[in-house]
Amino acid sequence: MTDTTANKNPARRSLGDIDLRAVAPFVALAVLLVLGALVNPNFLGVDNLLNVLTRSAFIAIIAVGATFVISAGGLDLSVGAMSAFVAGVMILFLNTGVVSGEIPMLAVAMLLAIGVGALCGLANGVITTQGRIEPFIVTLGTMGIFRALTIYLAEGGSIAMKAPDLRAAYRPVYFGNVFGVPIPVLVILAVALVGAFLLYRTAFGRHVIAVGSNEDVARYSGIPVNRVRTLTYVIQGVCVAIAVLVYVPRLGAATPTTGLLWELQAITAVVIGGTALKGGVGRIWGTICGALILEVVGNIMVLSNFVSEYLIGAVQGAIIIIAMLVQRSLVRRR
Amino acid sequence: MRKFLLGSVAAGLMLVAGVAQAQETKTIAVSIPAADHGWTGGVVYHAQEQAKRLEARYPGLKVIVKTSPDGASQANALEDLTTQGIDALVTLPHNSDELTDPIRQVKEKGVFITVVDRALTDNAVADLYVAGNNPALGRVAGEYIKEKLNGKGNVVVIRGLPIVIDEERNKGFDEGIAGSDIKVLDRQFGNWSRDDAFKVMQDYLSKYPQIDAVWTQDDDMAVGVLEAIKQANREDIQFVVAGAGMKDMIKKVMDGDKMIPVDILYPPAMVAVAMDLTAAGLYDHLPVRGSYILDATLVTKDNAKDFYYPDSPF
Repeated sequence: MTDTTANKNPARRSLGDIDLRAVAPFVALAVLLVLGALVNPNFLGVDNLLNVLTRSAFIAIIAVGATFVISAGGLDLSVGAMSAFVAGVMILFLNTGVVSGEIPMLAVAMLLAIGVGALCGLANGVITTQGRIEPFIVTLGTMGIFRALTIYLAEGGSIAMKAPDLRAAYRPVYFGNVFGVPIPVLVILAVALVGAFLLYRTAFGRHVIAVGSNEDVARYSGIPVNRVRTLTYVIQGVCVAIAVLVYVPRLGAATPTTGLLWELQAITAVVIGGTALKGGVGRIWGTICGALILEVVGNIMVLSNFVSEYLIGAVQGAIIIIAMLVQRSLVRRR
Repeated sequence: MRKFLLGSVAAGLMLVAGVAQAQETKTIAVSIPAADHGWTGGVVYHAQEQAKRLEARYPGLKVIVKTSPDGASQANALEDLTTQGIDALVTLPHNSDELTDPIRQVKEKGVFITVVDRALTDNAVADLYVAGNNPALGRVAGEYIKEKLNGKGNVVVIRGLPIVIDEERNKGFDEGIAGSDIKVLDRQFGNWSRDDAFKVMQDYLSKYPQIDAVWTQDDDMAVGVLEAIKQANREDIQFVVAGAGMKDMIKKVMDGDKMIPVDILYPPAMVAVAMDLTAAGLYDHLPVRGSYILDATLVTKDNAKDFYYPDSPF
């Protein structure tokens, strides 16, 4: 997790060349880990750290997509509701049992989920670019639509996986591990690696940053601005679907509270990670670190005894602001 | 001639019946929160089912069910419903402070007011009040845990959201375990959400090496709690006490699940009880004014089948 300068030319990389802005989130995370260890010795236990790492998967994976959208100067508020919707569709499909055999059934359902996620993202992208509407408004609208569709599909209740065998077969995707590393953590790594490659090593990635820096300049340079923008929303949709693939096996249900406020957590993770909210700068590994910071803060709050349960929200907010201040002071010192 | 007479009598009877029906045309409006979690989802389901049943039972009765996502839009919905002309209002208010005055304004139009679950700040506004018993929900849970653990043990509590209902339940719980050596290790908010309860439970398991029982007061949260315990492979937790009456949990009680030995009722179907009583007041002229508080019944293996609604979404 130290290759935070992957966006730099590796040939010129040296110690003095490391962008402190990119390192700052990791410093903030390290400070939090020390704080956690002081609060409760159990904090640094392997089980606890793996729990936290695994739990951060949903926000981390979604936030990788959000890094693309935000770097290109967009915003997606619909990701939380979209997660619930994709999860609902996927579970309803699993409940139909149209494909025989557990593994083929799960595979088809996963493909379906990714397809639905991509379509939801495509809708956001096309409406934003073709309709020339602010992404804030478009995704606020689709947020309501996805949420209501979920509640409609659930008939006001929750959508749960019915077949116990299928549930048992799918459960390891959240609870299982490979050589001690939980599968969701491997998924985070895979998504981040692909994301980093796309953003830092491809023409598309450079186009995303160019569009986010200055749309007009990008257009005059011959970059298909609308197509690039739309694609970032599609990537976001696919990331949401991947997060859902890890989410569904955990509790085996989509409920009206699924994905509630995930959009804000994802955006917070992206910003803590050093991506500029106005676009033009994208940091995939910083985003992952931001998602971890959010989850670690919550964990420390529950493990500590000195904060009243009524004040947890205030302390969490303060820690996030302090983490940002630590980052900024590091950057200024340079 | 005879035929004609019969015919006209029949026609006359039909006319009378028609007039009688026309006189009995009444409208009940039902204003409830939108389904934002499992329990409110159950409220919406039972309100819609009961609306169909009442319309079948009382010809001429019209029942309008309207859901609102928040307090402000519920206030608007109340105005819209009133302008349509209603005879009775059954409402589960989003919160008491905001909606007491809007409901008072409906009452001033001569509408019969039935309030469900959350009491208004002015008790004079409601003609009929139907609710579950929040302090008892906590107390019954506390007493059960005290008895089951023989008055000694470590318990963790997962609360809902910081609102009055949650406060009442927690006070009730403390009364229930009072005078015993039951130690409440921790209380954190799980926001009545499966996901949040899962996280909080994972953290409890990291923090405390020995937990005897868990009290979550809500069946939705119990789903997350059970999954976290299962993942940690911990043998020390003997059981989880939740509440509300979600069908999956009632099923577990019915099947004799060791982790969910009991459930405590706080049924969303209370909205249907309120609608039934309101209609009875309108049509049968029964004296229904007053308070109707449902018991926080302890559901055990023996009586679970009476509270199992397999068709309900909750």
